[in-house]
Amino acid sequence: MQSFAHLIDRLAYEPGRTNKLRLITHYLAETPDPDRGYALAALTGALSFKHAKPALIRDLVAARADPVLFALSYDYVGDLSETVALMWPADRRGRNAPPPPTLTEVVDTLATLPKRELPAQLSRWLDDLDETGRWALLKLITGGLRIGISARLAKTAAAQLGGHDPQEVELIWPALAPPYTELFAWLEGRGDKPVSRDPAPFRPVMLAHAIEDADFDKLAATDFAAEWKWDGIRVQAVTGRGDLGVPVTRLYSRTGEDITAAFPDLAPALGHVGAIDGELLVVRERRVQSFNVLQQRLNRKTVTPKLIKEFPIHLRAYDLLAEDGEDLRDLAFMERRARLERFIARLGSARVDLSPLVAFTSWPELAAARADPQSAGAGADSEAIEGVMLKRRAAAYVPGRPRGEWWKWKRDPHIVDAVLMYAQRGHGKRSSYYSDYTFGVWIATESGDQLVPVGKAYFGFTDEELLQIDRFVRANTVARFGPVREVVHEEEQGLVFEVAFEGLQRSTRHRSGVAMRFPRINRLRWDKPPRDADRLETLERMLKAQPAGKPDADAADHDRRQDIGNGPTELL
Amino acid sequence: MRPQDILTPQPAGLYCKPGDFYIDPVRPVARALITHGHSDHARAGHGRVLATQETLDMMQLRHGEGFAAATQSVRYGETLTLGGVTVSFHPAGHVLGSAQIAVTCGATRIVASGDYKDAADPTCAPFEVVPCDVFITEATFGLPVFRHGDAAGEIARLLASVALFPERAHLVGAYSLGKAQRIIALLRAAGFDAPIYLHGAMDSITRYYQSRGIALGELRPATGARKQDLAGTITLAPPAATSDVWTRRFPDPVTAFASGWMRVRARGRQKGIELPLVISDHADWDGLTATIAATGAGEIWVTHGQEDALVHWCGTRGLSARPLALVGYGDEDAEDALPTTASAEGGS
Ligand SMILES: [Zn+2]
Repeated sequence: MQSFAHLIDRLAYEPGRTNKLRLITHYLAETPDPDRGYALAALTGALSFKHAKPALIRDLVAARADPVLFALSYDYVGDLSETVALMWPADRRGRNAPPPPTLTEVVDTLATLPKRELPAQLSRWLDDLDETGRWALLKLITGGLRIGISARLAKTAAAQLGGHDPQEVELIWPALAPPYTELFAWLEGRGDKPVSRDPAPFRPVMLAHAIEDADFDKLAATDFAAEWKWDGIRVQAVTGRGDLGVPVTRLYSRTGEDITAAFPDLAPALGHVGAIDGELLVVRERRVQSFNVLQQRLNRKTVTPKLIKEFPIHLRAYDLLAEDGEDLRDLAFMERRARLERFIARLGSARVDLSPLVAFTSWPELAAARADPQSAGAGADSEAIEGVMLKRRAAAYVPGRPRGEWWKWKRDPHIVDAVLMYAQRGHGKRSSYYSDYTFGVWIATESGDQLVPVGKAYFGFTDEELLQIDRFVRANTVARFGPVREVVHEEEQGLVFEVAFEGLQRSTRHRSGVAMRFPRINRLRWDKPPRDADRLETLERMLKAQPAGKPDADAADHDRRQDIGNGPTELL
Repeated sequence: MRPQDILTPQPAGLYCKPGDFYIDPVRPVARALITHGHSDHARAGHGRVLATQETLDMMQLRHGEGFAAATQSVRYGETLTLGGVTVSFHPAGHVLGSAQIAVTCGATRIVASGDYKDAADPTCAPFEVVPCDVFITEATFGLPVFRHGDAAGEIARLLASVALFPERAHLVGAYSLGKAQRIIALLRAAGFDAPIYLHGAMDSITRYYQSRGIALGELRPATGARKQDLAGTITLAPPAATSDVWTRRFPDPVTAFASGWMRVRARGRQKGIELPLVISDHADWDGLTATIAATGAGEIWVTHGQEDALVHWCGTRGLSARPLALVGYGDEDAEDALPTTASAEGGS
């Protein structure tokens, strides 16, 4: 428990992805089985037990500490688990200084411990652990362990232990269970590779770069196919054959999260064995609805028949990654496209259709189609189109964001995806909500990518969205500074805002060097992992592309104040 | 005489009427007794200053010749008579030369402890408990959440990080007077014998420590070193410097900060610290309460810091306690830990 505690303590402060990987890999290499396996489970979210309630922690400390001292301490620290971890008055009388519990001991004990014995057991553990160990234990058992580590990152760290591609670990992962001794044996060259029995595995998705004006000069229009960029949710629909030959269908988000349960109306339409890459949309009377309509379905906790009827879900397919056990990802896009067209035809379902290709022979022709999708074949669906996608005809399907293969060309140039970093309470009738948001985009640093704040916005969202963001902020706070909360913002964890703005200016007040004019939250991208948010380079190119000398100095200064206020950017 | 007639809080500092002197005054006064060399306690411009030789030397280093009209040095344990009182200086364990000042008037003894710690420190004389009737204590870390633990364990974490990231530089923010030299001595005690690099602002005070016979091994200026040569090294710098453009000379630096404040996570995150090291030159909660009990004092006056919790604790032990509400003193680290626009700007 102690070494695991010190690992997650260090990870919580380390911003760089490569450094995080090094820390985790080092821990996995140094820690024996089965402790490291349970640690990997904790980092990947695979560890589950009934969580203790904060009230239990309060009772424990009340039995040991002076209530006034506890209140003053809690007020100062601001976090219950941390306060108790730090001030816990350890009682080791009558006990022969037992060693602190191992992570395995904690996991094993919690799995079988009767509920009424939990308080006494916890007290003993708290007595035997140090401050960091107590903090980790309390965070673990209350389900509050948020250190900005994604399952993906932890699996990548494990793969590095044996110099393997993380994708290999990803593919066998569904066949594994804590404490993963089989996995470690393989990674360390002591055993065979565990066999994945998952009939419908997720395959990491291929992503596009935002295209800039200058890129067109370097690209030949004839090398590319174009599709509409649909304003929905990217998904992967995978059907495989289970042990008894029964088809198993799973729907994954772009990050590989299994979201099948939320769409019972779609799965039955996917009867053939294969893996479709496509867009989730709501279609009513054969018309694709706007993203706002789709979001009303996504936000519901329970899927009722009424919801299904009101918001019929639909899959618009644009790629085929596998068919009948054959991996198609090494084929050229146009070959996969031909397979996809036949596959969709065979499915013969009204719920699944093809994303049509947009015909063009030159970039100006495609620019015209992008400006007016309605006349270019999209018809009534044009409201749900946010631009065009360019796909190199000869490109294989490569996970990640390979250079020069796929491009997105959005309709509105003044929109970026940014990540929520800090939230501050609003004023007036919003004073009980976190309604002022500081958001950032990625920059490259020596220790990997980091987010740098580029602006602050406090409007553009609906009242219902405000409630959702407020809930997210409260549940994902990593630090508090007065009225400001730092919200989790890591590659794999956090909230992405689509931010619209009127223009950009150079700014010396921002670490990013740019400031947005009149930014607003255009949309919440719950579906998008922060690592797919935009980069500062995108903003810098937009800045260069702007007509020079637009805003006068006074106006620029005014905007800066408005954008940034006295808010959290100063805390950086 | 009642204790409050012997020592009285005044705007300029704690005033001893029967002896006609101030302890650690924050404004220029005719006669000052100084507990230790930190800038909030040891200011320039007094008439006559009485302090340990080390404290006087540090004041001269900081403020230059003529920081006071006249000075007199005092040894630990030596007793001097000033007007109607006797005074003596006793090791406070805070930094080199730091002292608690005992003021005795008739049968009443008051000890003003200045800043102190009861933890081991290879760079200064260990704290001594001075029995007294009234104990004046700081409360910088006067909350039970502040437990500093074992400094050697924190040094081990720093060294483990250096081993794990040999291509990165480790930049340790540490207060220039006392903390920096203690960290160096602890690193040496842990067997780290490579050269340690220093920010220019720490040079003269560190050389002063060495001149007083404190072994710190090979030290080099960070300025002028080539970037690639700083990989795998440890550099000490004032905390503010670890977040400004000065850090660009280091290869992918790991930013550490050695301070008791690092016990609370939000403090470290706020500053962008990657490796918080809980090492303090002030007593932690256990140290404060154990010391108060050990002095045998029935009355406790609490000066700067988190007075409320400590005053409450004294009450639960049947001790009479009150906050002194002296202004002008702080914790040296806390000042550095404040996020400043200036340092944020420096990085842009
Ligand atoms: Zn001091």
